[in-house]
Amino acid sequence: MSLREFLNGIEPDFKKGGRFERWYAVYEAIDTILYTPGKVTVSSSHVRDSVDLKRVMTTVWLCAFFPMFAGMYFTGLHATIAMEQMGVEQIAGLRGAIVELIAGYDSANRWHCLVYGAVFYIPIYFVTFVVGAFWEVLFAIKRGHEINEGFFVTSVLFSLIVPASIPLWQVALGISFGVVIGKEIFGGTGKNFLNPALTGRAFLFFAYPAEISGDSVWTAVDGFSGATPLGISAISGMGDLVANVSWSDAFFGNIQGSVGETSAFAILIGGTILLITKAASWRIMLGTFLGMVGMSFMFNLIGSDSNPMFAMPWYWHLVVGGFAFGMVYMVTDPVSASMTNIGKWYYGILIGVLCVLIRVINPAYPEGIMLAILFANLCSPLIDWLVVRQNIKRREARV
Amino acid sequence: MFEYYLSLFIKAVFVENMALAFFLGMCTFIAISKKIETALGLGIAVIFVLLITVPVNNVIYHYLLADGALSWAGLPNVDLSFLGYLSYIGVIAAIVQILEMFLDKYVPVLYNALGVFLPLITVNCAILGASLFMVNRDYDFGESVVYGIGSGVGWALAIVMLAGIREKLKYSDVPEGLQGLGITFITVGLMSLGFMSFSGISL
Repeated sequence: MSLREFLNGIEPDFKKGGRFERWYAVYEAIDTILYTPGKVTVSSSHVRDSVDLKRVMTTVWLCAFFPMFAGMYFTGLHATIAMEQMGVEQIAGLRGAIVELIAGYDSANRWHCLVYGAVFYIPIYFVTFVVGAFWEVLFAIKRGHEINEGFFVTSVLFSLIVPASIPLWQVALGISFGVVIGKEIFGGTGKNFLNPALTGRAFLFFAYPAEISGDSVWTAVDGFSGATPLGISAISGMGDLVANVSWSDAFFGNIQGSVGETSAFAILIGGTILLITKAASWRIMLGTFLGMVGMSFMFNLIGSDSNPMFAMPWYWHLVVGGFAFGMVYMVTDPVSASMTNIGKWYYGILIGVLCVLIRVINPAYPEGIMLAILFANLCSPLIDWLVVRQNIKRREARV
Repeated sequence: MFEYYLSLFIKAVFVENMALAFFLGMCTFIAISKKIETALGLGIAVIFVLLITVPVNNVIYHYLLADGALSWAGLPNVDLSFLGYLSYIGVIAAIVQILEMFLDKYVPVLYNALGVFLPLITVNCAILGASLFMVNRDYDFGESVVYGIGSGVGWALAIVMLAGIREKLKYSDVPEGLQGLGITFITVGLMSLGFMSFSGISL
């Protein structure tokens, strides 16, 4: 019996009046992820091709695997180097047992690094996925809407923007806040106004600052302290940063940071695929990039004696911290971004400008991309409203 | 000098946003934010009222109420600052009354849309709050003008953004128990999270 026949066979149980009526959402999710849904648009059609929301979201999800694997490798690399420096022989607990079973602690061995990163990253992703899916399914069943693949994206993105050493209960708390408060209470995917992954991250950032920022959280070894490039440059300036980290290191990902954000190279590969498949809007991405370049040029020109961040050029802003990750995966979230084409430019530029602004002139936060995107999410309905009104005015003038 | 006023302005708009950092003026903030046009109208009215009341109260405080302020009248030992609340509210009420008559005559659409909330600007805590902050921080006349506009613009920006979001949320599917005010409170909380990006900026 083929899988299709099996699904057809159990379908009546999940329909109205069937035995498992309440679980229809789960059945529907599994069915449509394996096969193209049979439902077609009946009223005046807006469908241009066979790519639906599910496939778009799955594309984004798959593209996030590039920074994920790069992130695991570099997490492992940094941790194993730190262990060699500190003279630590092994890590305790189940993680250590797994690493010793299938690999080792040799920082020169790529497989060892990848495994080391994986034993820290995979539990994070697992907790994110299970806890997030629990809320998603609960709301889908109770409220009678479909389980949406948007959640795949939210979960993978959330797990990639937390430090590798974060306690797992905080991961569970953060994704719960993001999914429930950031999305589900508004009615699920497409009806929220903030990016759920970032909402959860921001919640953790303000609730537990010690575990999610500072110097000691980025390397997955107890007691090792290493500042992120943004941290270094905010305190002691570009000279120190260049002395510590080369630009190509920062570009390929050999720096401290959250799991997914380190390798700009891997992120840009994912971003290229997103642009080719049109899953992400090139207007928003380019707008964000131009806003960042323009704003950093302006700060370079102004200059400052007391604030070393003024001197950071745009190509450094691009590769350090979460800018590249935010620009490719977060900003382009179709739900919380502006909908109109002109609005997308303004929206992107606003994020780029704000991100550099927060990085440079706000000493409270060395990184600005998360809060810049959240703020722009708040503005996006207003931007759309202004664009639409402008259009109406222009057309009225033509009559 | 210009730079100083500019940073004071930006601080009043973003860092110390009346609505989203201090949660002042919540009643009108939530009640009049269903439509962008109306919210914009109310926002402008609030900017106008703040622009006038804060400097006027500043003059009253410095020349009538503060300790020793009456020395120009030959009474150097009189301290009338306990009359502060009374005089500030009085000034605000008078200005709002004038604004109301003006809108009734010249912008009746907005007057009708704002309804009872226009006279209620009198007791909008954002407006009294701005006057009290002005006294508390000991602003001079120039600073109070800039602070008045800045805090008004910040409040107006916040209410227009909220109205934009609420117009978008019309199409969402909010659980029954949260519909209306509940979801609006949560929205405001999340907006405040977004505005945290500015807290800590020292200009």
